[in-house]
Amino acid sequence: MSEQTAGVIDNIADASVASGKGRIEVSHFGLSYASAEGPIEAVADAGIVVEPGEFVSIIGPSGCGKSTLLNAVAGFLKPTRGTVRVDDEPVNRPSADRGMVFQQYSLFPWKTVRENVEFGLKMKGMERSRRESAARTLLGLAGLLAFENQYPDRLSGGMKQRVGIVRALATGPKVLLLDEPFGALDAQTRIIMQQILTNMWQRLKISVLFVTHDIDEAIFLSDRVYCMTARPGTIKAEITIPLPRPRQQSMMMSSEFLALRRGLMSLISEESLKAMSGEVNDDALQGLTIDTHGHALSEMI
Amino acid sequence: MKRAVLMRSLPAPAPAALPSPVLAPQMQPPAPNVASEQSLFRINAIVRHWLLQHRDQIRTLAIGAVSLALFLLSWHFLATYRVSFHVRFTNVPTPVQVFQSLARAAHNGRLLQHVVLSCRRIALGFIIATLIAVPLGLVMGRFRFARDVIFPISEVLRPIPAIAWVPMSIMLWPSNEESIVFITFIGSFFPILLNTLHGMASVDPVLVRASQSLGANEFAIFREVYFPASLPSIFTGLTVGMGVAWVSLIAAEMISGQFGIGYFTWEAYSLVQYSDIALGMICIGVLGLSSSAIIRGIGRIVMPWKTNT
Ligand SMILES: Nc1ncnc2c1ncn2[C@@H]1O[C@H](COP(=O)(O)OP(=O)(O)OP(=O)(O)O)[C@@H](O)[C@H]1O
Ligand SMILES: [Mg+2]
Repeated sequence: MSEQTAGVIDNIADASVASGKGRIEVSHFGLSYASAEGPIEAVADAGIVVEPGEFVSIIGPSGCGKSTLLNAVAGFLKPTRGTVRVDDEPVNRPSADRGMVFQQYSLFPWKTVRENVEFGLKMKGMERSRRESAARTLLGLAGLLAFENQYPDRLSGGMKQRVGIVRALATGPKVLLLDEPFGALDAQTRIIMQQILTNMWQRLKISVLFVTHDIDEAIFLSDRVYCMTARPGTIKAEITIPLPRPRQQSMMMSSEFLALRRGLMSLISEESLKAMSGEVNDDALQGLTIDTHGHALSEMI
Repeated sequence: MKRAVLMRSLPAPAPAALPSPVLAPQMQPPAPNVASEQSLFRINAIVRHWLLQHRDQIRTLAIGAVSLALFLLSWHFLATYRVSFHVRFTNVPTPVQVFQSLARAAHNGRLLQHVVLSCRRIALGFIIATLIAVPLGLVMGRFRFARDVIFPISEVLRPIPAIAWVPMSIMLWPSNEESIVFITFIGSFFPILLNTLHGMASVDPVLVRASQSLGANEFAIFREVYFPASLPSIFTGLTVGMGVAWVSLIAAEMISGQFGIGYFTWEAYSLVQYSDIALGMICIGVLGLSSSAIIRGIGRIVMPWKTNT
């Protein structure tokens, strides 16, 4: 790592230390969406805490309100009940203190890779030459310097998401919020991205709140995992992941990992069935298990 | 036609170039005559490579040229032999006559005057429309109140064709010139406004959120997200608006002008100068084509991310 690189990293780490510790506290949080048939309760009485520098995941069945909770921490949504606080300050609007990475990449198509990374610094009023060199250093860290002048739609999904993470980190946020950031990537790219994210997190020492529906991913990355119930989502369980760091790919075969996985799996599948009960009735479930005895469906009909 | 011949002769140079590949990998400076042979080979290779790469475009161009030539040829025969088969080509000028009339007009500068005047009217009307419609569309797209106030008015006025504005416009404006510019303005205004609005409506909300979580304030979101995201739609609006501007201008000039290419064309009919009718029409076509090409060119410069893919 070059001296300049170290400098930029320190700057980001300093910025996050200077502006606070990055403790997230959500208590008795509830949020209802307005709809034609009255309010839809997405999340009810959820409480989570992320200690400074901790990596915490939220996992739960589809539609249970994970994104809702995360968006409230980001400041995009206002809680209907309860409070969302970061470093004892109530969250009431989005801010560069809370970096956000979205599943849909969300890079600005009209900006080059470097301009995307520079965006947060530009909003802070940093002068062009300084933010340019900062962006280049960060891109170098993520192995993206060769693409600095490309427009995003030429990049692969993995590269786009790396740019997205670098962009969110460039302003030196206290906390990083990620909403299923690797959901659209293939398995191999996903694993590499997980490594990159852990590396960056360990260097920058910021708090991370990570939403996923992938159990392995949650265990591999996190210090703690919150498991949510079907809608209206509440916290069903909190599981501490005692695996040592740095974590290696090989750990995913260890008995400890597998035991954690089994535990989380049973929690999730119970909720997933509950979440789907409205959509999948008994007939449909029977249809799914029907034995065709090797005949094509068209023949049977 | 030239291109087609070029293509057919393409394979011929290949055998002649065959002996030289053996020389190609050698890097040390060879004897002079070998060098010239080598560079010849290289040029040959470059030309072949270029032709191969652009094969589809060359094909399209060649077919286009042939089809245009056929069009001119049929025009020529229909006009020369005064074909009259329900549709009457009796008085239609031949391409040659039109060309002669172009030479004459170019000589005395009268045509150029008309063209320049029409272009000035288009430029004025179109630029004013752009300067008003684009900001208005951006504001209407961003602020609900502005949209609620302006949208009903625009919906009532929009279906009225610009030509229908001619009498009203003559009443409204003190000079004929202003009223014609106004009609051009009206013609291009609504396509630009509606497309800008459409662009604003289709901005991805995730990008707005992304900019907010990076610390963008309201004005920065507008400048850095809403505006660039709407640019492709805005340019669609400009292209459509330019087309409608020409339609409106020509109609206005034919009805109430004393100058301009539309007036020129109509006057030619009144003065029984048939070849000038076709000349005017061709001029209008060329002007319309060039102005939309200019807009497309500007669009390419302003939106480099669209063409770089
Ligand atoms: N704008 C909205 N209006 C009405 N209902 C909404 C809105 N956004 C989300 N919901 C509902 O709230 C519930 C929670 O949504 P949310 O997006 O937070 O779930 P999620 O856990 O992130 O799901 P997924 O895993 O599919 O991303 C869902 O059932 C959804 O249908
Ligand atoms: Mg979600």
